[in-house]
Amino acid sequence: MSFRVTTPLLQADRAGRIYGSGMLGSARTVALDDFSLSVGTGSPSITAIVGESGSGKTTLARLLLGLTTPTSGTIRYRGEDIARLSGDSRRAYRTDIQAIFQDPYGVFNPFYRVDHVLTTPVRKFRLASSRSEARALIEQALRTVGLRPEEILGRYPHQLSGGQRQRTMVARALLLKPKIIIADEPVSMVDASLRATILGSLRRLTDELGISILYITHDLATAWQVSDNIIVMYRASAVEAGQAEAVVKTPAHPYTKLLVGSIPQVSLTRDWLATEPDVQRPEERDAACRFADRCPFTMAVCHTQRPPLSRISPCHAAACHLHGQHADLAAEDLNDVLA
Amino acid sequence: MNALRIEGLRVSFDHPLGVVRAVDDVSFALRPNERFGLVGESGSGKSTMALAIMRMIRPPGHIDGGDILLGDTNLSTLSGDAIRRTRLAGIAMVPQGSMNALNPVMRVGAQVADAMRDHGVQPRDIDQLMARVGLPAGTVEKYPHELSGGMKQRVCIAIAICLRPTVIIADEPTSALDVVVQRQVMRTLAVVQQDLNAAILLIGHDMGLMAQFVDRLGVMYAGRLVEIAPIAEIVRKPRHPYTEMLIASLPSMDHKDALRGIPGLAPLLRDLPSGCAFHPRCPKARDRCRAERPLPREIEGGVLAACHFA
Repeated sequence: MSFRVTTPLLQADRAGRIYGSGMLGSARTVALDDFSLSVGTGSPSITAIVGESGSGKTTLARLLLGLTTPTSGTIRYRGEDIARLSGDSRRAYRTDIQAIFQDPYGVFNPFYRVDHVLTTPVRKFRLASSRSEARALIEQALRTVGLRPEEILGRYPHQLSGGQRQRTMVARALLLKPKIIIADEPVSMVDASLRATILGSLRRLTDELGISILYITHDLATAWQVSDNIIVMYRASAVEAGQAEAVVKTPAHPYTKLLVGSIPQVSLTRDWLATEPDVQRPEERDAACRFADRCPFTMAVCHTQRPPLSRISPCHAAACHLHGQHADLAAEDLNDVLA
Repeated sequence: MNALRIEGLRVSFDHPLGVVRAVDDVSFALRPNERFGLVGESGSGKSTMALAIMRMIRPPGHIDGGDILLGDTNLSTLSGDAIRRTRLAGIAMVPQGSMNALNPVMRVGAQVADAMRDHGVQPRDIDQLMARVGLPAGTVEKYPHELSGGMKQRVCIAIAICLRPTVIIADEPTSALDVVVQRQVMRTLAVVQQDLNAAILLIGHDMGLMAQFVDRLGVMYAGRLVEIAPIAEIVRKPRHPYTEMLIASLPSMDHKDALRGIPGLAPLLRDLPSGCAFHPRCPKARDRCRAERPLPREIEGGVLAACHFA
């Protein structure tokens, strides 16, 4: 079924991550379960990974960035296991794949001026041939994300707001012109009006510079606006995936339906608070389907059998027994439903 | 009588480069049992306003004018002791960073009891209070790290309502929560508000949340209120161009088009543009906007806007 001519630039191949704690690791937390995804194949695109906290979306980002090692499966860069990269290929991996992190507080060294995070990549990757050229590059990148260079450069991190720091990190990624950007909640700490500006500039990176972006977020609304594909994660696995339009307009998994219905809309219809309280049956938490305890449609089969991904349409799949009549899609073929 | 009335409030911060006026001549009122929203970009003064109402502005900031009337008590003239007694008992706040608002080494039940004891009230019925905010039995014995983000925010709501205040200020109470939990927490807030017959001042920047939750909305820009109107009026027909652009910048689930941020940057509060502070970013700006500052005026019943062309 899956037949690929080109080697993907970055690939999670049946990657899993389990955190153990307690005596002899007896209390195990599955953060990511047997997850496969290729990034940077075909035409440049934005793929959103959407999920609540604890869904595994940040674990996936950390695995792809090589910040966490998988406990099963492999992360590959140009077909090579990233744990075994050396010399040139390791440097290429570090250049091609850039990150924008969730927490704009933790990424800065408080003892350096903010300039440091911007001048370091310019120097290390020889992006400019003179000091003034470097300055011009940096100022341009800062303006692209809506910052005034004179308010940022020369300051220490504690003198900037969270939004300013986050935008500085987006500017840093822009400087490097990488092939893939992994953006973990890049706009969760900035205003709605600026969110649109930053996401718009990420979109331009994809359309004009051909950079593929993995946009990790809990916000389905911005995911839909900016992305080509959406993968919805729930408790360590993908529960729905496909082209953004299909996932948001015709959600198939009850969890995605819950997410879509929970977004407060600017509308004269005020039904957001009035809708039925969400289902919660904690006693069913250990059912085979991990969503069974919160699902309004739980059936007997949900307790005994983990639902595989079903391919609802060429560009849409969901892991739910309600769609069991469709053909199964193997977890490692997730990319088949993405644009 | 209004539950809370703000009249000509001014808050400034002393800064080496000059005085920064974070809240500039703001007036509005909350009726009993009303949900009033306050939106604006970061730096617009909305959180400063919340702190000022609670009399929690610290140096180098200070309130330099205006009245804060809680019922018939003027909070702006109360002594330190009296304001401490009024907080929580008369006006309570659900903080923005509920993740860090609780003491990590104290059981949450004890923290609620602490709040009551501090106001000379014998702690009792804490289990009932926890149940009212939707927390399962036994939560009182938990430490904050054992609770999810949504549960911690519920504990903060329990503390805020433990002395039955008449006004609750909620400063971005759900900004760190995902949409499903956000809706559950806001539903809880609505239930306890009706229970207490209290007014809520909801501060935030999410127009969707405002549209679904509040009765009336105030829009802040650069420390000033630029529009106040019933929420349906704002959704149907925003009068101030800033409000209009704020709504347009929100990702809509109905139609997918190019993301439109508001062009330009929020102005520096210590160096505001002349006339209307919004004129450099306003597509409708004319000469008059550069020269003359528009004051809030009533456009029609209950709709106020500070724009020459509204």
